[in-house]
Amino acid sequence: MLVSGRFVAGAVKQDNGLSASRPGSRGRMLLAGLVALLLLSLPRVMLAKDADCLSCHSDKTMQDASGKNVGVDAPLFHSSVHGSLGCSDCHSDVHDYPHPEHPAAVQCVTCHADESKAIAGSIHAKASTHPCTSCHGNAHEIFPKGDPRSAVYPLNIPKTCGTCHGNRALAQKYGLENVYSVYMDSIHGYAVSKEGLLVAANCMSCHGSHNILSHKDPRSPTNKANIAATCGSCHGGVKAQYMSGVHGKQMASGNMKAPVCTDCHTAHAILEPTLASFRMQSTPICGSCHKEQMATYRDTFHSQLGLLGGYVQTARCWDCHGAHEVLPASDPRSPVAKANLIKTCGKCHADANASFVEYQPHANPRNRSLNPELYYIRLFMNLLLWSVLGFFALHTLLWFIRSKREQEKNGSTGEAKHD
Amino acid sequence: MTDAAMTKPTTTEELPTAQPEAKKNEKYYLRFTLPQRYLHAVLFTSFLGLAATGLPMRFSENVPARFFARAVGGFGAILFMHKFCAIVLTLAFLYHVKDIVTRAVMNKEKGLFWGPTSMVANWKDVKDLVGHLRWFVGLGPKPQFDRYAYWEKFDYWAVFWGMIVIGFSGYAMWFAPFFARFLPGWALNAVLVIHGEEALLAILFIFSIHFVNTHLRPDSFPMDMVIFTGKETEEEFRRKRSLEFARLARQGKLEARVSDPPVYWWVNFARVVGFTAILIGLVLLVLTLIAYFGTV
Repeated sequence: MLVSGRFVAGAVKQDNGLSASRPGSRGRMLLAGLVALLLLSLPRVMLAKDADCLSCHSDKTMQDASGKNVGVDAPLFHSSVHGSLGCSDCHSDVHDYPHPEHPAAVQCVTCHADESKAIAGSIHAKASTHPCTSCHGNAHEIFPKGDPRSAVYPLNIPKTCGTCHGNRALAQKYGLENVYSVYMDSIHGYAVSKEGLLVAANCMSCHGSHNILSHKDPRSPTNKANIAATCGSCHGGVKAQYMSGVHGKQMASGNMKAPVCTDCHTAHAILEPTLASFRMQSTPICGSCHKEQMATYRDTFHSQLGLLGGYVQTARCWDCHGAHEVLPASDPRSPVAKANLIKTCGKCHADANASFVEYQPHANPRNRSLNPELYYIRLFMNLLLWSVLGFFALHTLLWFIRSKREQEKNGSTGEAKHD
Repeated sequence: MTDAAMTKPTTTEELPTAQPEAKKNEKYYLRFTLPQRYLHAVLFTSFLGLAATGLPMRFSENVPARFFARAVGGFGAILFMHKFCAIVLTLAFLYHVKDIVTRAVMNKEKGLFWGPTSMVANWKDVKDLVGHLRWFVGLGPKPQFDRYAYWEKFDYWAVFWGMIVIGFSGYAMWFAPFFARFLPGWALNAVLVIHGEEALLAILFIFSIHFVNTHLRPDSFPMDMVIFTGKETEEEFRRKRSLEFARLARQGKLEARVSDPPVYWWVNFARVVGFTAILIGLVLLVLTLIAYFGTV
């Protein structure tokens, strides 16, 4: 009852505020009076009813016949976004006591039409869980998204989405790798969970909220064509660099094979680019399109060093070509433009000079037109190798056989001398 | 011509591969001096080290190569070992060159560059090669050899040439910015190709041809101990290098070469070391062939 009393006081206060805020002309006064009368009379009816409801339902452990919790934390409810509503505003089929054994399901759509519509068109439309409460939590305890108590407060979002998406069985059923756990270990997840950074990307930042679509849908912010814009909504500087590089330009011209942010950084696991694992995993990603360059890179020291472990500082693709603003060597701004090579190579090779940078990191000794010197050197070395080995293999094999026969002929001794 | 002096081994007690104690009553002759044996030991240990650390670099995408590299501490460890062994081998090479120059210039040693005891190939080596090949297929008698047979000379020069080529290209990569001062840019690409291919030739040659020619062929099986002990029995000497034996006998220099039998513990130690080296070499040979034909 004390609780109800407080609520009454609050309602009256709100009432007074309303009527006080409407001074002015006579007509307005009249209207205000009417509204005040209405507000003063209606809530009284409801209040009496809400108090009646809460006389039972304020028992937080209260359960119905099927064991479902039907208790309401009244103080929490009254401070929630729905706190000013009466019970029967949502539970529209409950007016009197005794009320139906199983009141009808609450229709959030009555007020939240836009959100309901968005969900109906989203990937969650067919979800078996409640479309609203599965994310927003208990309907009696919903808070604005800026309130830390809210299930959709930025720092709470990963946990909220993770309720389902952290479920391994579900993730496997829908062919999602365990996105929740890899996100939580990512730089974004870390910023949210450890640093409490409100601006750090949470699930919603990239996927949206009510209108989440499959990445295959061209309207989805996670569709390949939209990734640069989605990531660029925070990473504006990088987006600008990317868009002026060859990959961004290809993407803008509709070449869907060009890489976007997630192709290199991945969507959820996003590693720090300085990490050994990132440096190692990203090179083959470039190589998945640039096959020839990858093969020739594999022939060099730069690659060999990394592959053998414990030495990932050697040049990866982007160390020379740049990461976001990749430009052709013909562009004077490119780090691999001839004029910039001493500086680019010099990042690692402190004493790089003009002759040193003539080294071709992608030379192909198998390509005669591209690298004639290397082609003939390799040819000569191979001829030498196989002629020497071929000749001596035959020589030694024949010798071996002859010695063996000789040995058998002379008992178990070695080669007896011939006359 | 020296057949008359030959005593054909008739009983099993006189087997060339018999235990040292079984040959106590035999006469031993010195073939290699202590510095020569040390040189071979330094050569093969550093070569094994270079091969074991160089192959993973050449075949860096090969799974056993990566496994081995990671097991020994990753690329840093591999490269350190490779460079360390390279320096050791370079020093051994320089020591050998210094030795030759000293013997030729200071001591005015005769027969160093020409003649039956020289490493330099001569007309007889060509005839021996042809004769040996004819003997393999039963077309002629077995040639008789002097101090160094043609395949031994080939081994020597192959290693000599290999060390210059692989060594130079290796140092060019190690000190690339310095070498770039007087080499054209494409040479920096070329040295990697040359280094890798020549090293592959050396590895395949040593671990197959040299092993069989010198150690594993029936006449020397399972290992020719002379490079470890420096000594061989008279029977072995006469059988393998009849011309040298006859020449020394003619010149009355044979007695000067007579030596004590090798000591028992040294022979055993040398066997352990030698077999370990051969085993490592054969394992590397198999892995190299798998990696080579798996990636070509």
